[in-house]
Amino acid sequence: MMRLPAFTYRAPRTVGDAVLWLAESPTDTMLVAGGTDLLPNMKRRQQTPKTVIGLKGIAELTGIRASGHLSIGAGTTLTALVNSADVRSRCLGLWQSAAQIATPHLRNMGTLGGNLCLDTRCTYYDQTEEWREAIGYCMKKDGTTCWVATSSKRCLAVSSTDTAPMLLALGATVTLVSAKGTREVAVADLYNNDGMQYLTRRADELLTSIDIPDQTGWASTYWKLRRRGSFDFPVGAAAIALKRDAGGRVELARVVLGAVASQPMPSPKAEAILVGQVLSDDVIAAAAEAAYDVAKPMDNTDFELVWRKKMVRTLVTNALRELRGDDMRAVRMSLAKQVL
Amino acid sequence: MGVIGRPRRRTDGRAKVTGQTKFADDIMLPRTVHCRLLRSPHPHAKIISIDTSRAAAHPGVLLVLTGKEFPIPYGVLPVSHDEHALCNDKVRHVGDPVAAVIARTETIAGDAIKLIDVVYEPLKTIATPEESLATAEPRIHEYGDDGNIHKAVAMQFGDVDAAIAGADHVFDDIFFFEGNTHLPLEQHATVALKDPEGKLLVYSSTQTPHYLHRALAKTLSIPAAHIRVIATPNGGGFGGKSDPFNHEIVVAKAALMLDRPVKIALNREEVFYCHRGRHPVQMRFRAGVNNDGTFTGLDLQTLLDGGAYGSYGVASTFYTGALQTVTYEIPTYRFRGCRVFTNKPACGPKRGHGTPQARFGQEVQIDKIAEKLNLDPADMRLKIVAPPNSLTANFMKIGTIGLAECVRKVVERSDWKNKHRKLPYGHGVGIACSSYLSGAGLPINWNDLPHSGVQLKLDRSGGVTAFCGATEIGQGSDDVLVACVAEVLGLETYDIRAVTGDTDLTPVDLGSYSSRVTLMMGNAAIQAAERARELLAEGVSAKLNIPKDRLVFADKRVFDSQDPNNGCTFQEAIVFAEAKFGTLGTTGSYTPPRPPAKYKGGGVGPTPTYSYTAAIVEVEVDPETGWLTVPKVWIGHDIGRALNPTLVRGQVEGSVYMGLGEALMEESAFRRLPARLSNALVHKFPSILEYKSPTSLDMPEIFTDLIEHPDPAGPFGAKEVGQGPLLPIMPAICNAVYDAVSVRVDEIPCTPEKILKALQDKAAGKPARHGPKSFPDIKWPETLHVTPPWEGGDGRASNEPERKKRTAEAGIEVKAGITIARDNA
Amino acid sequence: MSHAFRLSFTVNGEPAEVLVDSSKTLLEVLREDLNLTGTKHGCELGECGACAILVNGEPVLSCLALAVEATDSHVTTIEGIGQGGQLHPLQDAFADLGGAQCGYCTPGIILTAKALLDRTPDASADQIKEALSGNLCRCTGYLQIIESVQKAAEEMRLRPDLQVRGTET
Ligand SMILES: Cc1cc2nc3c(=O)[nH]c(=O)nc-3n(C[C@H](O)[C@H](O)[C@H](O)COP(=O)(O)OP(=O)(O)OC[C@H]3O[C@@H](n4cnc5c(N)ncnc54)[C@H](O)[C@@H]3O)c2cc1C
Ligand code: SF4
Ligand code: FES
Ligand code: FES
Repeated sequence: MMRLPAFTYRAPRTVGDAVLWLAESPTDTMLVAGGTDLLPNMKRRQQTPKTVIGLKGIAELTGIRASGHLSIGAGTTLTALVNSADVRSRCLGLWQSAAQIATPHLRNMGTLGGNLCLDTRCTYYDQTEEWREAIGYCMKKDGTTCWVATSSKRCLAVSSTDTAPMLLALGATVTLVSAKGTREVAVADLYNNDGMQYLTRRADELLTSIDIPDQTGWASTYWKLRRRGSFDFPVGAAAIALKRDAGGRVELARVVLGAVASQPMPSPKAEAILVGQVLSDDVIAAAAEAAYDVAKPMDNTDFELVWRKKMVRTLVTNALRELRGDDMRAVRMSLAKQVL
Repeated sequence: MGVIGRPRRRTDGRAKVTGQTKFADDIMLPRTVHCRLLRSPHPHAKIISIDTSRAAAHPGVLLVLTGKEFPIPYGVLPVSHDEHALCNDKVRHVGDPVAAVIARTETIAGDAIKLIDVVYEPLKTIATPEESLATAEPRIHEYGDDGNIHKAVAMQFGDVDAAIAGADHVFDDIFFFEGNTHLPLEQHATVALKDPEGKLLVYSSTQTPHYLHRALAKTLSIPAAHIRVIATPNGGGFGGKSDPFNHEIVVAKAALMLDRPVKIALNREEVFYCHRGRHPVQMRFRAGVNNDGTFTGLDLQTLLDGGAYGSYGVASTFYTGALQTVTYEIPTYRFRGCRVFTNKPACGPKRGHGTPQARFGQEVQIDKIAEKLNLDPADMRLKIVAPPNSLTANFMKIGTIGLAECVRKVVERSDWKNKHRKLPYGHGVGIACSSYLSGAGLPINWNDLPHSGVQLKLDRSGGVTAFCGATEIGQGSDDVLVACVAEVLGLETYDIRAVTGDTDLTPVDLGSYSSRVTLMMGNAAIQAAERARELLAEGVSAKLNIPKDRLVFADKRVFDSQDPNNGCTFQEAIVFAEAKFGTLGTTGSYTPPRPPAKYKGGGVGPTPTYSYTAAIVEVEVDPETGWLTVPKVWIGHDIGRALNPTLVRGQVEGSVYMGLGEALMEESAFRRLPARLSNALVHKFPSILEYKSPTSLDMPEIFTDLIEHPDPAGPFGAKEVGQGPLLPIMPAICNAVYDAVSVRVDEIPCTPEKILKALQDKAAGKPARHGPKSFPDIKWPETLHVTPPWEGGDGRASNEPERKKRTAEAGIEVKAGITIARDNA
Repeated sequence: MSHAFRLSFTVNGEPAEVLVDSSKTLLEVLREDLNLTGTKHGCELGECGACAILVNGEPVLSCLALAVEATDSHVTTIEGIGQGGQLHPLQDAFADLGGAQCGYCTPGIILTAKALLDRTPDASADQIKEALSGNLCRCTGYLQIIESVQKAAEEMRLRPDLQVRGTET
């Protein structure tokens, strides 16, 4: 049986305690929310914190508050998110992205905060210690070379969170709290395109909440690529939010790709193509082409990278067609294997 | 009839739904200590030295073992005893075990293996069959046919070259079937201890306690009679738990040394290293076919990537060529097969053992033939179905064959005639057929002993206990055992206790592999039960003065058929018989008929009776992306007789499931790092997450039809069902993809990437096909010439080399340098 | 580093107290400390669903649940869903209809299905498939599993007393 390494466990009841304890030794302390990312990583010895701070007991981290905007506690489970009528009616894309994460059990455990901070993934890295020893380890953990591209100076592990690209497209911000203070960061600024330093969050910071601005006038959708109807992490995704006028002309657009880089990847070009246009087939094709150019999948996930890159075009096209009002249910079913 | 044919709760159902079934890792004994294995990080290396002193000194460590303690090799086939419980001189794949630590806890053992210092000298690694063929040195093993060729065989039945040359058309097709693995949900586990008498007792998740028993006796040099192996119910096997495994031998040895229970529970990655999964196979089919779709001859070559050990590989090699002729009429036939060693975990028997790969090639080729000849592929198959009660060109004896009916059934239910070549672009249907053995006709360890034995104990309390060495791996063998006995004795299954898979208590059954249990154990059970019925009848007849031949056993009573009120309870019948004969017990055994194939290699393929299956699959392909979905599957299976239809349907659907996994997503992929930087050759993703296996959301609708024509060879007419229905799924899917978008994927798995590549090639004016382009050149050994039965052949080869010894798998040659297991049973 | 702590919680309706290490998962505690070996494991990494149990009525993966975080919770395992000497309707249906072949995925699946039916007594086939999509089964192809759940749901609708019984919340 795969077992956890030894660690000290601490369970604060308040955010204040949590950040104080985190500040004691931020580099070898980690937070655990649902544990569905951290604990497998610890069992495989990819992450080996000396101290683990459990967030489950902090009541103020959970809950969804809806006024004009939507404020979601970082400790809210994905199931709670999926069950929230507010989330579904106001930002369908977020609901779709959360509903496609992992499995029902993992969504019962996993949290939105954990999903945003999810470790980047790579088939050279998400392996047991013994396996990684057999390849001489890699740059992200215990080694020096990146096996995905041996000349690469940085780790190319993949951002595999389903909600981050969608939250980015929704213009969401997160609140980061540390013993030193509180700051608000746009989800767009939460990430670096670096498989190791993928978060701009400092090690002493706790992500407490996610705020989504008023979505009036916006429509959003999320299309995910994975092999099976459940379990699998995204290996490509399109998260799109559009604001359109009464005539269907796009006023504002956000097009973000998931799982094709070490961070959620916006495509400003695709956005520019969309703005000012109605969603004609040509406009959709041009936007999909622009998004395609941004995608930089590597050979470190399921499926072949060339095909994955091509699929970005399809995902963006499908997403835009769905937003246009095309009946995409059959296509959706064939890809997602569930009604979304 | 009371029990047989009725959908029923399985006898072990309650235990399974309450969590009371004790799998190996559920055995928690006082004083248990735990074992972890140190595994090689190198794909191929000499072991220069092992220093265990730091590990031995680690607090909580009780014992450290290395290859020194295991000098005697073992293996499941007597011709390939090429494994050591811990590697002796070299390691052959990443994950090969080199040392073991037994400690107070699993965690301590895990920490301590990291303190073992091993010095390796890396050797050149071999990753593919092509490399293997091209690399005579270094040899992965010091035995085998040549260099890194483990086994190469060639045999011919009739003048196949002339027959192909004389045909209206010649088809020459190359296929590739990637390896995959069983992925049983239960990870292998073993608990070994000294029993109170001081004898070795081993509980293990094994499908083959008998082979483990033999391997333990040999490697530990203890008389088999002083070893007890108990096969715990397997949490899925599918062939992956049919070899004796290194970890089993290691903990047995440790338990003897420590006189404490020693447990090992493998983690998922280690299960991938046990492997014994589907061989990757390259195939070339040359077929001579006349305008009407009939075959004049078939010339088949296969190349199997065996991985690092022999396992069942010699048999697997023969199996790639054994069953072509039992499905369709093929008057002349040549088969050449070659298995090579590579530095990857050993391949072996997975559901369908060696036959699904070649079945895939043959069924896709037939689809191509039908298209070329403008025949309906279902009709073409109906035309060439092998005849019942016949001998094939390669001397396989066919009994009943319900294949035509299977084909007709699925054609009708799927509305095939209105779908095939008629659905809109992107939608398609495909058909494929298959056949499979109901148990191998010859034993692995050549002898004249029964393949299955059943013992019955009848107690004056009215209780009946059935003992058999067969192993419950989920397929329902315990249920078959009690059902057969219950049926004969007029009881309910609840009235009979099954004791199975225990080498101390139960007579030998060779194990739960080769789809042999229902037929062989079933027949043995019927024999034992009939003998018991005879004794009871004598007792009742004498006591109640009813002529024996008028006695009926039904409804837990024994009574006069002419006066049903005149009789006694089943329990009274036992009392009468026990009073007359003394303590009651009977035995039954089953030995398959001697097969007519006498040539070398003819021992692989014969069976008491073949099962047959036909499947039609409907697919949807997105031509833009190659994305493939399978909404519906129709499957007809010639089961002979469904003993418990609920379980039979479960086996069919489970086979379809596994076939879909293989067709669409499952693959044992390996990674080699850039040679200038690293020697690594690793399994790409030894995890349940990345080794893709369909979920409940990935399943199509399945329409199952059971074709029931009782076969005289089977118990109550039953044939196998555990493996055959898997085989047609993979080719049916590729055939359906062709029907949908007119491109061929001549390779398994059939992934969207491959479909899209083929579509792009097609658009670019290239062949509309994705698949291997060539079949490697292999130096084949001299071909055995066997005259087909209709040309007066006697089942022997005209140029048969003299046999050195009668050994396993009927005449597989004994090679120098390998220890041969004498049958000491 | 790690330290032992006293875990007190309710297991199958009865109070349980064990001294466990803080790095233990609920899976390890249930199987190894409480001998409730009905809870299985196929990966210990959240990738198979064999270890599913109910915590406060919700299906979770015991292999990824820290035992220390189960303090004061109500845990239900396969050993705890029968009532008054009777099998739960799900157990009967799985045993009768081929829902369990090797039986290794079965405890996790039955518990997951129980949580579904407790909340959605009239769950559709699609809802059942969705709810069970985190439980791999390598034997059955799921069809007989789904039929078993449907059969049990029918049974439970006929016997409403069973709907809530055995639920630990
Ligand atoms: C088999 C499997 C399949 C999966 N499939 C998917 C998938 O399809 N899509 C997907 O997106 N994810 C998937 N996941 C990953 C995971 O389940 C989810 O991302 C989940 O949302 C993670 O949340 P958690 O609370 O469990 O995270 P945890 O494991 O508790 O934490 C994850 C990381 O975030 C940090 N963290 C957690 N909370 C905070 C906080 N409040 N502030 C700062 N840092 C914090 C932790 O320190 C840790 O580094 C899968 C996991 C598994 C095991
Ligand atoms: S991308 Fe490179 S450095 Fe990063 S985890 Fe993968 S192999 Fe390691
Ligand atoms: S053991 Fe596989 S999910 Fe927990
Ligand atoms: S019954 Fe064997 S895994 Fe489901």
